[in-house]
Amino acid sequence: MSGFSQFLMQLVNGVNAGSIYALIALGYTMVYGIAKLINFAHGDIIMVGAYICLFAIGTFNLPVWLAVIVSIVLCALLGIVVEKIAYKPLRSASRISLLITAIGVSYLLQSLFQLLFTANPRPFPTIISLPPLMLGSISISAPYYITFIVSVILMTVLHLFVQKTKIGKAMRAVSEDSQAAQLMGINIDKTISITFALGSALAAVAGILYCSSYPMVNPYLGSLPGIKAFIAAVLGGIGSIPGAVLGGFILGIIEALTKAYISSQLSDAIVFTVLIIMLVFKPSGILGKNVKEKV
Amino acid sequence: MKVMEKYKEMAFWPKMFINFILILAIFLLITVLSNVGIISNYYQGIMLSICINVILVVSLNITTGFLGQLTLGHAGFMAVGAYSGAFLSKNLMGTLPDPLIFLLAIIVGGVVAMAFGVIVGVPTLRLKGDYLAIITLAFGEVIKNILLNLNIVGGASGYIGIPRYTNFLWAYWLAVITVVLSIALINSRHGRAIVSIREDEIASEASGIDTKKFKILAFVFAAFFAGVAGCLYAHYMGILEPKTFKFDKSIEILVMVVLGGMGNIKGSIISAIVLTVLPQLLVSVSGYRMLLYALALIIMMLFKYDPTLVKLINNIKNRFKKVRG
Repeated sequence: MSGFSQFLMQLVNGVNAGSIYALIALGYTMVYGIAKLINFAHGDIIMVGAYICLFAIGTFNLPVWLAVIVSIVLCALLGIVVEKIAYKPLRSASRISLLITAIGVSYLLQSLFQLLFTANPRPFPTIISLPPLMLGSISISAPYYITFIVSVILMTVLHLFVQKTKIGKAMRAVSEDSQAAQLMGINIDKTISITFALGSALAAVAGILYCSSYPMVNPYLGSLPGIKAFIAAVLGGIGSIPGAVLGGFILGIIEALTKAYISSQLSDAIVFTVLIIMLVFKPSGILGKNVKEKV
Repeated sequence: MKVMEKYKEMAFWPKMFINFILILAIFLLITVLSNVGIISNYYQGIMLSICINVILVVSLNITTGFLGQLTLGHAGFMAVGAYSGAFLSKNLMGTLPDPLIFLLAIIVGGVVAMAFGVIVGVPTLRLKGDYLAIITLAFGEVIKNILLNLNIVGGASGYIGIPRYTNFLWAYWLAVITVVLSIALINSRHGRAIVSIREDEIASEASGIDTKKFKILAFVFAAFFAGVAGCLYAHYMGILEPKTFKFDKSIEILVMVVLGGMGNIKGSIISAIVLTVLPQLLVSVSGYRMLLYALALIIMMLFKYDPTLVKLINNIKNRFKKVRG
């Protein structure tokens, strides 16, 4: 294989990982924008989504499309329930107590799934059985291009939803100034619930797509893509929806290229270093807004 | 009760004398009991872990509780101290008397961690809140990933053959020194400057406090003791693995700080003891350990900070007081 087509291949790998990161990063960024919370449990929703899809197909013999919908709906509900039980009572408390609660929820989901389904990885069924796409000298396997197409569609839909609909407008208003939004008659609790539901639904899709590329499911599956997506969200500018998408793709591509050309073992260190450099020079991220501090 | 009141009225030095006697008494009691064999090796191990955790928690409390900056990379400093101290003592082993090597290793571990504290602190401490949390988390992960690939200290397979110098004597007195120095720092002029930054950074800067300097001071102080704790840990286990120092370890220390109370050293000591012993008690239900820990975290946070629950608890407390009074 020539050098150039190898480079293209790595780019494809990067875009695949990047679209998954972008989907997860959207959840992080929306929740951060609206509740000012780094939702550490978000990564574990990916894992829950993958497990639900696995059992819907394997145990209940549902068709793939129905299994995906079931998984999305249940994850959205889980997101709402977690917010209501664990985060809502602490809305007025300090940020650090909220952060620790989120970590607690993350540990809870991981250990619960480990108890229920053991730590042994389970094989994930092939849900996408389409022929690979040939682009010149390189072939792109089906999960890769489906992942890309699905995430681009979802991101576009999400963008339209946030920009054009009434609920989307409410979400933007709450993230800008929740008190003023409340005075204008916006139901904050409902808006936050919808945000969590949307973020978790996207995480479920990301989980299913992730497992169709790397077909193994275990209780800790969510933590690594979760933390990478979180970096992506910060890289793009946390709180900014286009930023999360951009950050996700940039991160995926950087990761794939460092793995291929520098060192596969050091790729995590390099990704984190990129994050540090970004934070030192432009903490608000690539597309983030610079908020001036008022005295 | 009367004894307590009398103690509170005492002058500084007699008070310190009594404190010292008490600390010494606890130490002698535990040493004697373990030498006669009443305290088994297993419990001695737990007590060593408690001492190491006390050092970690009290030092993190300086940055998180007193300076008010949320950092998630304490385990990174611990790792730096652990590996540099272990590297030194492994290479010096046999050339000098053991206690001298260990002392050198502890100092070197602390100083190297301190140097990393400066490297990390200078560019990052101008960030606030969540951004500081994220960047310290990233630094911790970078350190872990570099250690994973550093073959001179064993890489991913672990750094083995570290002399096991740590015993109760060292761990206990280092914990005491950490606590004493932390209290001394907080009660000093510098400490008041640090606390003023937590209360209102802009106001303290306006009153002429060099906020940058004091932020670095607190950060480096905490890094030094994290390095010392790491060094103790390294010479206690005899083997180091990079995965010990991942982000979960930082969280574990942070949880102890928050549960003990931010900016409360006494609370830090108590929560370090409780949260070190608690998982050991749960060994019999080891499958459920993580689940119970997670539930405990969420429930404790809710009971401590949820306004409606806090009100409910206060009502119950008042009712009990009425019954008693």
